[in-house]
Amino acid sequence: MPASAFLEIGVYFLLILALTRPVGVYLRRVFAGERTLLDPVLGPLERLVYRVAGVDPRKEQGWKGYATAILVFSVAGVLGVYAVERLQALLPLDPDRLPAVPPVLAWSTAVSFVTNTNWQAYSGEATMSYLTQMAALALHNFLSAATGIAVAVAVIRGIARAEAKTIGSFWVDLTRATLYVLLPISFVSAVVLMSQGVVQSFAPAAKVTTLSGAAQTIPLGPVASQEAIKELGTNGGGFFNANSSHPYENPSPATNLLEMLLIFAVPAGLTHTLGSMTGKPRHGWAVFWAMSLLFLAGAGVCARAETRGNPIHQALGVDAAAGNMEGKEVRFGPVDTALFATVTTDASCGAVNGMHDSFTPLGGLVPLVNIQLGEVVFGGVGAGLYGIFVFVVLAVFIAGLMVGRTPEYLGKKVEGGEVKLAMLSVLVPTFCILVGSAAAVVSKAGLSSLANAGPHGLSEALYAFTSAAGNNGSAFAGLNANTGFYDVLLALAMFAGRFLVIVPILGMAGSLAAKKRLAESAGTFPVDGPLFTFLLAGVIVVVGALTFFPVLSLGPAVEQLLMAAGRTF
Amino acid sequence: MKDHLLVSVRLLVVFTLLLGVAYPVAVWGVGRLAFPYAASGSFLRKDGRAVGSELIGQAVTAPGLFRPRPSAAGSGYDGTASGGSNLGPTSKALADRIAAEVARARAENPGAPGPVPADAVTASGSGLDPHVSPAFALWQVPRVAKESGIPAADLERMVAARTEGRFLGLFGEPRVNVLLLNLDVLSRSGRRR
Repeated sequence: MPASAFLEIGVYFLLILALTRPVGVYLRRVFAGERTLLDPVLGPLERLVYRVAGVDPRKEQGWKGYATAILVFSVAGVLGVYAVERLQALLPLDPDRLPAVPPVLAWSTAVSFVTNTNWQAYSGEATMSYLTQMAALALHNFLSAATGIAVAVAVIRGIARAEAKTIGSFWVDLTRATLYVLLPISFVSAVVLMSQGVVQSFAPAAKVTTLSGAAQTIPLGPVASQEAIKELGTNGGGFFNANSSHPYENPSPATNLLEMLLIFAVPAGLTHTLGSMTGKPRHGWAVFWAMSLLFLAGAGVCARAETRGNPIHQALGVDAAAGNMEGKEVRFGPVDTALFATVTTDASCGAVNGMHDSFTPLGGLVPLVNIQLGEVVFGGVGAGLYGIFVFVVLAVFIAGLMVGRTPEYLGKKVEGGEVKLAMLSVLVPTFCILVGSAAAVVSKAGLSSLANAGPHGLSEALYAFTSAAGNNGSAFAGLNANTGFYDVLLALAMFAGRFLVIVPILGMAGSLAAKKRLAESAGTFPVDGPLFTFLLAGVIVVVGALTFFPVLSLGPAVEQLLMAAGRTF
Repeated sequence: MKDHLLVSVRLLVVFTLLLGVAYPVAVWGVGRLAFPYAASGSFLRKDGRAVGSELIGQAVTAPGLFRPRPSAAGSGYDGTASGGSNLGPTSKALADRIAAEVARARAENPGAPGPVPADAVTASGSGLDPHVSPAFALWQVPRVAKESGIPAADLERMVAARTEGRFLGLFGEPRVNVLLLNLDVLSRSGRRR
């Protein structure tokens, strides 16, 4: 791998490191209800939202009220998206006269966007009207992301408070995350993206006659506004089928860098918010560095595999210098594509700037493993932080077992109840991934959708359920997911992977909030410093490896060996 | 529960208007005023008619022009069907396709130097890649020179002039926009006639 690849990954990481503190401080101010620079503009708008919606911003909720509000709001959201998709032909802003989205696809897409998954079993330019893209899909890019941030903030409050009955108001957290965080950053980013060629148009598809005299139809749409929040909200649902590899979504290396920074900005910042809201800034940084270790390892392995390329193709006379270019854009090449793939799956984003299905086996293993580890390497907006909270609890629990002491986390006793809830939120996605993939590879309905044979076919099905249960949304996209089998099962996996994780985690937050704070003693296991960083990273890797090693060795690992031996299927 | 439902519906209505309508329209307004070319699709015109978008690759069949990469979008560079082949690294279909592309590229460019550049025989992720690598552009120069009558040295200069570097010298890869390069070639051969 060229030295410039290390440098590029390093510079990207330094930019994220530089963003972490300012973003984290801003997030703390927003969710502590402090004044921010944007108050003069957004304050009146925020109060208007509360008045229209009938929300009393001073009224906080206990964890059950908070969780119920999320569930009700999300189900209402699914129904709303479904209605817009089904009625789009009758609604305005459908210049290319697209018909109603078929019912099963509309349902799975609605679940997909409300759960922040943005799995796409459809081709955007051929299926969704401009209104559906804006007012249904991009709307939930904002709202599902704001929901994730809200849960993370509620968890942090649960850790920070003692003997408290409430963990905040979901309505207020949702509104403030949307208005103060997501909307302003998206607006500015959308403008920058437009300056580089990302389209924002309400005109119907353009028809041109090419230099060779052929007709070419070029779909347009309100892309820039959606692209910005798609990355910032770690949603990942592309306006076009080709997602961020499409030149109208991601026209240059500069936009590619901006999009990668948007994906990690809020998740990285939240580690700082964790430290500052709990009064333990060094704990926030210890978590940040555990995530960074796993990020740098993933990016390095993926970039190396993709720059080395495919020996089967090189034996056919293809120049090896450019690496594996199948499914990749020239402007990004193997390094930027590998880095983007790592970032998008460390986070629960799922946007892609190249086709993961055509990665080398090791290159494709990295995104797969990233999602299976729970997307806790920075992770989705909010989802990464509440996900790592589970592993933090497991890490202090394991440390406690080793020394034979009741584990503590920032002055709170971690007891059986919390550990059971933590295990539940780890086991639900695992169950969906392994049982779902197993169902796919032993049933005709599951197998008939595979585009590739041999071990790669297993990887395709495995990736689909991994991506759905992890609410990622990227794919080994050769798989034809728009069948009854996959539409229904994947939607169930997305729903379980989102809400059956959020509810137990909020339960843990509520339980921690109610506890007394204990004074630290010499026997308290420190949750800052390198020892904790390595323990946390170790726990994440061990839990993931124990769970997924068998299936990964049958898929990508075997395929890597067969590729080296020149076997094709 | 009923309260939650009422608040949810009202919030969804407010946010639909704000985030689903006002926000994209505001972005559109800024685009119209500040970046009318880039935000509306970067369309290029020749002799008064749109010949394509600077950002969207197109199939090239006419002689005397540079060829783009293979494309998996529809039957090739179909703007309405963006996407890659999604064939995996051990796919026989992919290996066969690449072998055929290698043979075709070699037959089409008999005077081309060195091994076949990777982007000449691989399909992009979008199927609409507007660029080729500088290596692939230079690789085609002997053929384009022969077909267009433009001296190879001039074509090499044109390729160099259209080569865009990495962002900040680090991000992305050097590349040549095929449509812009072909417009240069056409305007040059137009002048000669």
